[in-house]
Amino acid sequence: MGFLDRTARSFLLAELVSGMALTLRYFFRPKVTINYPYEKGPISPRFKGEHALRRYPNGEERCIACKLCEAICPAQAITIEAEPRADGSRRTTRYDIDMTKCIYCGLCEEACPVDAIVEGPNFEFSTETREELMYNKDKLIANGDRWEAEIAARLKADAPYR
Amino acid sequence: MSSLINLIPAPLWHLIMIVAGILAIMVPLLVGVAYLTWAERKVLGAMQMRKGPNVVGPFGLFQPFADALKLMTKETIIPAGANRLLFVAAPMLTFALSLIAWAVVPFGEGLVLADINVGMLYLFAISSLGVYGIIIAGWASNSKYPFLGALRSAAQMVSYEVSIGFVIVTVLLCVGSLNLTAIVKAQEGMWFFIPLFPMFIVFFISGLAETNRSPFDIPEGESEIVAGFFVEYSSMAFALFFLGEYANMILMSGMTTILFLGGWLPPIAIAPFTWVPGPIWFILKICVCLFVFLWVRATFPRYRYDQLMRLGWKVFLPFSLAWVVLTAGVLVAFDWVPK
Repeated sequence: MGFLDRTARSFLLAELVSGMALTLRYFFRPKVTINYPYEKGPISPRFKGEHALRRYPNGEERCIACKLCEAICPAQAITIEAEPRADGSRRTTRYDIDMTKCIYCGLCEEACPVDAIVEGPNFEFSTETREELMYNKDKLIANGDRWEAEIAARLKADAPYR
Repeated sequence: MSSLINLIPAPLWHLIMIVAGILAIMVPLLVGVAYLTWAERKVLGAMQMRKGPNVVGPFGLFQPFADALKLMTKETIIPAGANRLLFVAAPMLTFALSLIAWAVVPFGEGLVLADINVGMLYLFAISSLGVYGIIIAGWASNSKYPFLGALRSAAQMVSYEVSIGFVIVTVLLCVGSLNLTAIVKAQEGMWFFIPLFPMFIVFFISGLAETNRSPFDIPEGESEIVAGFFVEYSSMAFALFFLGEYANMILMSGMTTILFLGGWLPPIAIAPFTWVPGPIWFILKICVCLFVFLWVRATFPRYRYDQLMRLGWKVFLPFSLAWVVLTAGVLVAFDWVPK
C-alpha cells in the first residue's frame, strides 16, 4: 500500500506542484529590496563604521593622548605622537589611523577613557586610492565635527547597555 | 506600386519576399529573446522577493540592451590549446540552429515561411542537431570543464529526445499528418493537452531537459563544473550561446503550443476570443509556457546526473511508450483513426 501511495504521488507530481504553488505565492508577495543609494537599511547604535575624534561641547578636543587605543589596537593601525601644548595640557600632535589595516573591532572605542575616538555610523567612505585611507588627525577631527550629532545620539541610545 | 512589381523579375521578387519573411520572424524573435532574459531576471527576482533589474530605463526595460552592449565591447578570448576553427564555429552553429527551426512554425492561418509536409520531422531534426553546437564547443575548448559539460549534455539530450520522439508520435497518431498547420487544425475541437495530458507533462519536462534548463541544467551546472561547455567563451561568442539557449527555450515553448495548446487557435471559438488575431494567441500561449519555464527554474534544485538518467530512461521512456500503445489502441478500437 505504501508503495502504491508513493508511486501515485510521484506520478501525479504532488510534491512538485506544491513546491510550485509556494513559489507562485512568493511571486505576489511584497518585495524586500531596498533601493540602496536612495533608501538605506536601519543601523544599530553599536554599528562600527568610520572612525571620528570628538570634541567637548566647548570645542576642546577630547583626546588626551593616553595611547590606550594605540596599545589595544590588534591590527596596530593607530599611531600617536604627543607633546605638551603651550597651555600645559597634554594633547596629540599626530593621530593616524591606517584604515586599510583597521579591522573595525571597536576596541579603540572601548579603551578610550574620554570617549574621544569612536566608530561612527558612516560606512560609505570608499576611496579611489589607497593613500586616501591613511587618515590623519585633521581628517578624524573633521569626521567628528561632521558626525557629532549622530554619534552623540548613538552613545545616548546605547548608554544603558554599556 | 504595380509598376514597381513589374520592374522586378518574378524569381527576384520571390527571393525578396522570402528575405522579408525571414526578417519578419527573426527580428521579433531576437527582441523576444532579449526580453526573455529580462523577464527571467524579473520573475526569478519576484519569486525570491526581490525586484530584479529596475535601474536601466523604466522597470529596467533597457537592461537587455545594456547587457548586449557590454558583451559586444568585451574582448574575445580564444584559449591557446583550443581548436580555433571549431571553437569559433560552435556558438554560430548553436545560434543558427536555434533560428533555422522557426522556418516551419505556423504563426497563424497560412502565416508560415515554409509550409512543408514534414514540418514536425524537420523541427525534431533541427532540435536534435542543437547538441552538436554544445559538443563541439566542449571539445574545441580543450579544457576539462567544457569537456565534462559536453559529455553530460550529449548523454542528456540523447536520453530525452527518445521520450520526446514518442510524445510526438502520440500526437501524430491523433492528427494523421506531420504538417504543423494540420496539427494545429486538428485541435479545433479540443486542444490535445486535455486528452493527452500525461504526454503534455512528459513533453514539457523533456523540453526542459532538451533546452538544458533548470532543473536539468547539468551541462552548465555552475556549482559543479563552473559553466560547463561555455567556460572558455567570452564576449560575442558567449552572447551567441546565450541567445541560442533562450531562442531554443522559445522554440520549445512554440512546439508545446503547436502540439498541445492549439497553436494560434483561440481557447473558445466564440465572439470575443475570435476577434483577437491568431498570432497574438500564439504569442500569448508561448509566453505562458515561458513563464512556466522560469517558474520551474525558481522552484526546483538541479537534478543529480544519475537521477536525470533514471528519469529519462526508466520513467519517461516506458511511460511514453505505454501511452503510444494506449493511444493507438484507443484510436483503433473506437475507429477514431484520422483518415
